[in-house]
Amino acid sequence: MASMRDIKRRKSSIQSTGQITKAMKLVSTVKLQRSKQAAINSKDYFNYMYRTVQSMLAKAGSINHSFVKGNDSSKKAVIMITGNRGLAGGYNSNIVKTVTRSGMSKDDMIIYSVGKKGREAMHRHGYELAADYSTMIDAPQYDDAMRLSAVLLNAFRNGEIGEIYLAYTGFKNTVVHEPKLIKLLPVELSEDAETNEQSKVPMNFEQEEEEALELIIPKYVTSLIYGGMIESVASENGARMQAMDNATSNAEEMIDKLTLQYNRARQGSITQELTEIIAGSQAIS
Amino acid sequence: MADSFEIRIITPDRTFYVGEAEMVEFNTTEGEIGVYKNHIPMTVIIKPGVLTITGQEVKKAALHSGFAEILQDSVTILAEVIEWPEEIDEERAIAARDRAEKRIREHDPKTDIARAETALQRAVARINVIR
Repeated sequence: MASMRDIKRRKSSIQSTGQITKAMKLVSTVKLQRSKQAAINSKDYFNYMYRTVQSMLAKAGSINHSFVKGNDSSKKAVIMITGNRGLAGGYNSNIVKTVTRSGMSKDDMIIYSVGKKGREAMHRHGYELAADYSTMIDAPQYDDAMRLSAVLLNAFRNGEIGEIYLAYTGFKNTVVHEPKLIKLLPVELSEDAETNEQSKVPMNFEQEEEEALELIIPKYVTSLIYGGMIESVASENGARMQAMDNATSNAEEMIDKLTLQYNRARQGSITQELTEIIAGSQAIS
Repeated sequence: MADSFEIRIITPDRTFYVGEAEMVEFNTTEGEIGVYKNHIPMTVIIKPGVLTITGQEVKKAALHSGFAEILQDSVTILAEVIEWPEEIDEERAIAARDRAEKRIREHDPKTDIARAETALQRAVARINVIR
């Protein structure tokens, strides 16, 4: 049986770990509230944006624009949104898995990483990395998304990349987060019946449709990137809250067990001491 | 009195404004337009300018970029950047205007004229909204 001192030391170390995880849980709970609200507030915008672009495409099926038709490059840019910090359960590794198991060839992919954890993991796996945008994820601003999408669209126009994907964690509710990989460009028309229904309203464009696409698609890409960042941040905080909650309750369980062991050891040592004293006094008398 | 229609202004961060209006005016790539009820369905791209909503009262805001979906009974503006007058810092806007004007005047081949012009338009829109 472990000595009393060992058990005591172990217990206090677990206790302080438990305190840290508890504090982290509280912090991420507060952060979650804030980021969840942001995710909800922004939803409207993306739904409208998505619907408008879909209805534009539905009506203008024969548009001959590279944003719809694509270009010749086989390179695929993947924007990968992860966290800058770990200790969030499977949050970061799920995104890494989604990207590495996407079925796309490793040589064709260029990773635009937002978030340090994802960047490190992809570096280990030997993927080609473009610039790092990790600071954006701390507090995502629409400007950040604009900057990133400008870089990507430029590369797309120059023919350096042929497809743009976005890997992020969708926020369903506090406990359910879903890693997703979606295609941003070339834009594809979804088969969704609902959007087709709505798109029956004949829509006019002030400009030529191609020109309108040229202007609207960048906004569409930007808004999806921004939405991805916002949802990922909410998911990260949710995942961390859960992970830390589990860690805290595990720590409590271990402390209970150790307390029991400690008391047993203490009793054992008292009994032993008594036996020794009695044995000693008997030997003298 | 013109009939009123629904106007929704949505930004990536929030729902900026929802309400009834008789007329909205804003600046697009094809020039300034005013929209009444029963306008033909149309999608227009926004250029920096003043947005005026005329309903029971007149509201103004500085609208910088985005696009608008006009339907017969509603107008939805997806604004990337939009500000109420009280959110604008006048001194900063004036400084930005002067800076942009100076850049355009100097004809330095290194400056991005298109960017300077957009900056100027934005600053002017902000100033016009406040006054």
